[in-house]
Amino acid sequence: MDQLIFGAEVFLNGLMTGVMYSLVALGFVLIFKASGVFNYAQGVLALFAALTLVGIQQGQVPFAHLINAAFGTSLHHFGWTVPSILAIALTVLVMVVLAFLIEKLVLQHLVGQEPIILFMATIGLAYFLEGLGDVMWGADIKTLDVGLPQGISDGIESITAGWFGYGFFIDRLDIWATVIAALLVAALVAFSQYTKQGRAMRAVADDHQAALSVGISLRFIWVMVWSIAGFVALVAGIMWGTKSGVQFSLSLIALKALPVLMLGGFTSIPGAIVGGLIIGVGEKMFEFIVGPMVGGATETWFAYVLALIFLVFRPQGLFGERIIERV
Amino acid sequence: MIYREAGDFKTSYRDDSQTFPIRLDRWGYYAILAVAFGIIPFVINDYWANAVLVPFLIYAIAALGLNILTGYAGQVSLGTGGFMAVGAYAVYKLMTAFPDISILIHILLAGGVTAVVGVLFGLPSLRIKGFYLAVATLAAQFFLIWLFNKVPWFYNYSASGQITAPERTVLGHAVTGPATSAPAKYLVCLVMAFLLAWLARNLTRGMLGRKWMAIRDMDIAAEIIGVDPLRAKLSAFAVSSFFIGIAGALLFAVYLGAAEAGEAFGINKSFLVLFMIIIGGLGSIFGSFAGAAFMVLMPVLLKNLLVGTLGWPTDLAAHIELMIVGGLIVAFLIVEPHGLARLWRLTKEKLRLWPFPH
Repeated sequence: MDQLIFGAEVFLNGLMTGVMYSLVALGFVLIFKASGVFNYAQGVLALFAALTLVGIQQGQVPFAHLINAAFGTSLHHFGWTVPSILAIALTVLVMVVLAFLIEKLVLQHLVGQEPIILFMATIGLAYFLEGLGDVMWGADIKTLDVGLPQGISDGIESITAGWFGYGFFIDRLDIWATVIAALLVAALVAFSQYTKQGRAMRAVADDHQAALSVGISLRFIWVMVWSIAGFVALVAGIMWGTKSGVQFSLSLIALKALPVLMLGGFTSIPGAIVGGLIIGVGEKMFEFIVGPMVGGATETWFAYVLALIFLVFRPQGLFGERIIERV
Repeated sequence: MIYREAGDFKTSYRDDSQTFPIRLDRWGYYAILAVAFGIIPFVINDYWANAVLVPFLIYAIAALGLNILTGYAGQVSLGTGGFMAVGAYAVYKLMTAFPDISILIHILLAGGVTAVVGVLFGLPSLRIKGFYLAVATLAAQFFLIWLFNKVPWFYNYSASGQITAPERTVLGHAVTGPATSAPAKYLVCLVMAFLLAWLARNLTRGMLGRKWMAIRDMDIAAEIIGVDPLRAKLSAFAVSSFFIGIAGALLFAVYLGAAEAGEAFGINKSFLVLFMIIIGGLGSIFGSFAGAAFMVLMPVLLKNLLVGTLGWPTDLAAHIELMIVGGLIVAFLIVEPHGLARLWRLTKEKLRLWPFPH
């Protein structure tokens, strides 16, 4: 019985982790649908967004390290702190500028290249952004606090304690993350269904050339999509950053989002959510049940192996569009 | 003026299909071999061996392997680090289990073990393609590293979880272990790199290589003209893993001496080798060497420049290196998707017409 209750708790925690994965995966899907680019840099984008947010919030001097090294000065902080809301707004602005630059400097020159070349270009982009983030804001682990509630949720603990005689440990942050993720998905769906720009985005996703021929600006759409992906990355970065500090390992979540996508299908927003939940629950349950038998730490590979096995049977993922090949 | 085919008469089919049809190329090739085998071993010191030449040769082997899989057969793999770990642990187990057999045989056997593992993880490539496969190979990367960390048998139950290469000799000279001299390290790696490059070059221009390229260019069309995708893809995985396994074995036994799976063969190693073949040139033997040289030399030069000359802190230099590597990858993909090898080829085309271009 105890095992069962523990299991249920692990299950719930897995769901919450899954929501986090879904958030990163969502950014991938958006970009993939609109531009056919498989954006490996999404995770680093989240790291970069979180670093920028912390930097702005705490009034760090950007490139302080570099300037100090080059000119022998000792700059560190401007000496002010910026309120969270303003800092978030400024970070969004930075992400939009970044999206514009990426489109201008990278994507524009790679139009019509094979998808795998674009994929490798985003790996390069990921390295660049990782270096840039470190040079701009320093590589030390930072704590991020934008006023989201944290710590154990007393309500759930006392209710479950009443039911089972054992209080579930669920982080309030995870609950908030779930709510915010749900809102974000709802907003994205509404945006792509009911606004002019959203329809244009779907048109581009469907067929680049046809979209061009009816007068949709591809460049504008791409900048917009990358900005949205940057915004989603910021949300993911805030959640992960608040949970475990802003550090390099944040960008490794991007790697975890890959099997999530493969499971859910690259082109489906609900797929990203469901895939994230399956991976989140799956890896926690696997670690809980099988982990102790094989020495633990199975979380590092479980998601990939699951996706690999799954793909062999259904290459397009759960909700992906059927892959049709013609010679 | 002198760099052209004119005047170099081929009188047999053999002459006509040789690897270097232009006389100057041939001479250049022999000259490089003469310097590599005849001069460098006598002048090499520890710094040059450890910082530049030995890692260059080892990574060149790994890049050759990945280039066979990705550049020639078109199967993108992000599992290189994992396969190198297989080579390293295989050679470690063989070295400690059969101390009397020559280390060179162990290294080759380690390549064979890696080939088997590679084929195993290559099986899904028959169903999935492109970056789906790339992500699937991540499964190999993470699973293998986890396996080597968690199963004590692989590291002989050592307390630190590390593997350490015991001393083994070839012709009376130590090639592994702490007492190894720089020329010995260099020569072992050089011989391996030379033989494997020769093998790769001849495999890729033979029937097998043509099958790989047919699969790369369009697998369905290749299948229709009679290339068996099962055998072509799996043979690419096997040969590629063989090379990568040898590179991993050399990296551990000769270069590092001691290794821990997650640290020495992590995901970064996979990307490093992938970057080498992108910068060097996909589908090119020369490109594998050029890319490896570039990626080994650049950090050394950058470190000398930023830390040595300008006196900047090392962590800042490391971050700037990341930016430069990333920027270069993107720049190469935009400007010259075929890498350094293509630039070299263009130079040679120009040279043929020089000094009278039309």
